Amino acid sequence: MKILTGNDLRTGQVTWWTGQGWSIHVEDAVDVGDQADAIAAREEGARRVNVPYAINAEIDEKGGVRPAHIKDRIRALGPTVRPDLTLKPADPEAGNWVI
Amino acid sequence: MADPLAAGPDAVQFRFRDDEPVDHPAVTVDSFLNQSNASAVRIEPGDDARELVPHLEHIRLVEINFPSFTDGRGYSSARILREAGYTGELRAVGDVLVDQLGHMRRCGFDSFEPDHQMNEDDAKAALRTWPEVYQAAADTRAPIWKLRHKEGSHG
Amino acid sequence: MYRYDKYDQAMVDARVAEFRDQARRRLEGKMTEDQFKPLRLQNGLYLQLHAYMLRVAVPYGTLNAQQMHMLADIADKYDRGYGHFTTRQNIQYNWIKLEDTADILADLAKVEMHAIQTSGNCIRNISSDQYAGAAADELIDPRPYAELLRQWSSFHPEFLALPRKFKICVIASETDRAAMKLHDIGIRIVKNDAGEIGAAFYVGGGMGRTPMIAPLIREFVPLDQLITYAEACLRVYNRYGRRDNKFKARIKILVHELGKEEYARQVEEEFAHLLTQDIEPPLAELERIKEYFADPAFEAGASDEIDLSDPDFALWVKNNCHAHKQPGYITATISLKPVGGIPGDASAAQMHLMAELGKEYSFDEMRVTHAQNIVLPHVKKADLYTLWQKLDEAGLGAANLDSIEDIIACPGLDYCSLANARSIPVAQKISERFAGNGKTETLGELKLKISGCINACGHHHAGHIGILGVDKKGLENYQLLLGGCEGEDTSLGKITGPGFTEDGIVDAVDKAADVYLAQRQEGERFLDTYRRIGMDPFKEAIYG
Repeated sequence: MKILTGNDLRTGQVTWWTGQGWSIHVEDAVDVGDQADAIAAREEGARRVNVPYAINAEIDEKGGVRPAHIKDRIRALGPTVRPDLTLKPADPEAGNWVI
Repeated sequence: MADPLAAGPDAVQFRFRDDEPVDHPAVTVDSFLNQSNASAVRIEPGDDARELVPHLEHIRLVEINFPSFTDGRGYSSARILREAGYTGELRAVGDVLVDQLGHMRRCGFDSFEPDHQMNEDDAKAALRTWPEVYQAAADTRAPIWKLRHKEGSHG
Repeated sequence: MYRYDKYDQAMVDARVAEFRDQARRRLEGKMTEDQFKPLRLQNGLYLQLHAYMLRVAVPYGTLNAQQMHMLADIADKYDRGYGHFTTRQNIQYNWIKLEDTADILADLAKVEMHAIQTSGNCIRNISSDQYAGAAADELIDPRPYAELLRQWSSFHPEFLALPRKFKICVIASETDRAAMKLHDIGIRIVKNDAGEIGAAFYVGGGMGRTPMIAPLIREFVPLDQLITYAEACLRVYNRYGRRDNKFKARIKILVHELGKEEYARQVEEEFAHLLTQDIEPPLAELERIKEYFADPAFEAGASDEIDLSDPDFALWVKNNCHAHKQPGYITATISLKPVGGIPGDASAAQMHLMAELGKEYSFDEMRVTHAQNIVLPHVKKADLYTLWQKLDEAGLGAANLDSIEDIIACPGLDYCSLANARSIPVAQKISERFAGNGKTETLGELKLKISGCINACGHHHAGHIGILGVDKKGLENYQLLLGGCEGEDTSLGKITGPGFTEDGIVDAVDKAADVYLAQRQEGERFLDTYRRIGMDPFKEAIYG
């Protein structure tokens, strides 16, 4: 599947396209099919996102959205060397999902 | 000094000169060097501005083209011409953005023909940005080091 | 150290106002990201992996306690309680909001700091020797020249859209502690046969994907022509540096393609012309700046005795301290490389503590080093034990300077959008391995440097041992290099062979270290042994 990601223009936070808007949680990302460019152009034009781009992803065994490349998994979670600063600071296994 | 926001010829948005603008189109550096009866020349980023130096007395307008605002060769071309004593119009043409205006003025540009018209308030603000300047360049502003030592104190 | 006068202050204040307006226009949609990007970059603001990242300049690495406290306050107020000291004597914050950035810059301006030209295709922060003004072996303090260059390069109207970034380094010792020859321009302040002070210019060095050692372009530029000569170097680059290919746009490629003689000839021609243009600040300006760098009020006759009866302290003195020009004083380095830690990271609390110690024990002065540590340049030897105890209590007493644990590492894929692999976990595992097996001290000086991509921010080309992270079909992979050096005998490392996994690279480093231990002769560092015996014995041990 293709999902769309970018950063919030104001805060720089990593965001994922949910079909209706932008979420900081990759689990909320939806398959954009061949609509990535159209959505990206519209949303960037409205300054709801900065530098959006589409990436490959898959649904993992737990039903979650898993970006295909490690870089986007690190974007989705946070720095692997600072678990306390990730989106899942209480989950000791979260880092394994990245790798 | 002319009102910088007064209308210049055609698409020239800002012109900091009082003399009559050249009324014919600029020619390339190559054709200028070949025929040399034109008084307006356009310099592209890859052109050597120094080739014009022997002919400056015949030139009244030099346009320096910025196909992309990220290509800064035109800044050097401008200063080279001013350093060689050129006093005619030096016009920045192309992808010229408001945040470059102040620096372009310092390099000797005195008219601007941007691809897209600038917001005039933003342009006025941009030209007022720097209270002082650190370097000597092609404008008449005294660098900070000169001000410091003219005062004979350490400010 | 240098202090702003009304002009310097007015310039940084103007810059803050300019950026505030630019950010407003971007947020209001009056500018596209493509148009805004070069403007934010020239104020140190990147869009990174997780958020915006702000790089703040520490000009030539020198800062005082008030400034360090402010860096800590910014970490707490606008970021997530920490900062990362970089290989170019800057500090980076990883979690910055665009809407806060002008306020941060305003806070910095209050303590005479800025983020001007810490990124973008312009002249970057001028770097220098971290022991400047303190080292026993220096000819003269290089920082006044760096400050002169800082002012000249700030908002230079001709050089704000160069083909690529441009890094200048100024040193004044025979010993090169700042990787001078790996800069776009490396300047060494020298004395000529007539006893006059001047500048030797090395132009066209750099790391990145095409590492090059800068050749000497001019042996001696008189001090009253320094700025003019630098301007000539830059103008030739601005006019003729390649713009057709981003990867060939650095000045090293121009110098390489023209040949150093032809580049030097073009610079001489431009220089001769610019000498007629009256662009050089008077020597009085250099003298004005120099006054700020006068020695602090050292105590005459201070004792050179240090009680080394505490063995942990003795080790720290041996490894982390450097000879000072003033009897009774010493230069101490605070290692930001605790075992298993993140190289170069410091928490706000640590920054506050370092600021307090710098104020109390080092005449209110600190330095950031290119190896991502903090220096207290002027410590009275009589205070050294007390200082060390305070550092040690706070976890800042690691006695591992220039050892295999003192790893330079870029932020890598944990933070950087350009990276191909993570650097920090590799650094953590290597320092844990060697702290665990007890080899660190036996190995002595061994500079290990890790980059998470070919851009080489972690200086892997210049490591005695270098590690380069690459992307191998979507997986992190690490190449090993041996024999690099950033010092006065600069050399570039060579790749040993096929790459490794994260655990594999740690083993490979361990094996390389063992080859050295087995083969070294009296007095040889790892680098010396490598240079004597060559790559083969290492290859055999690693791959055999």
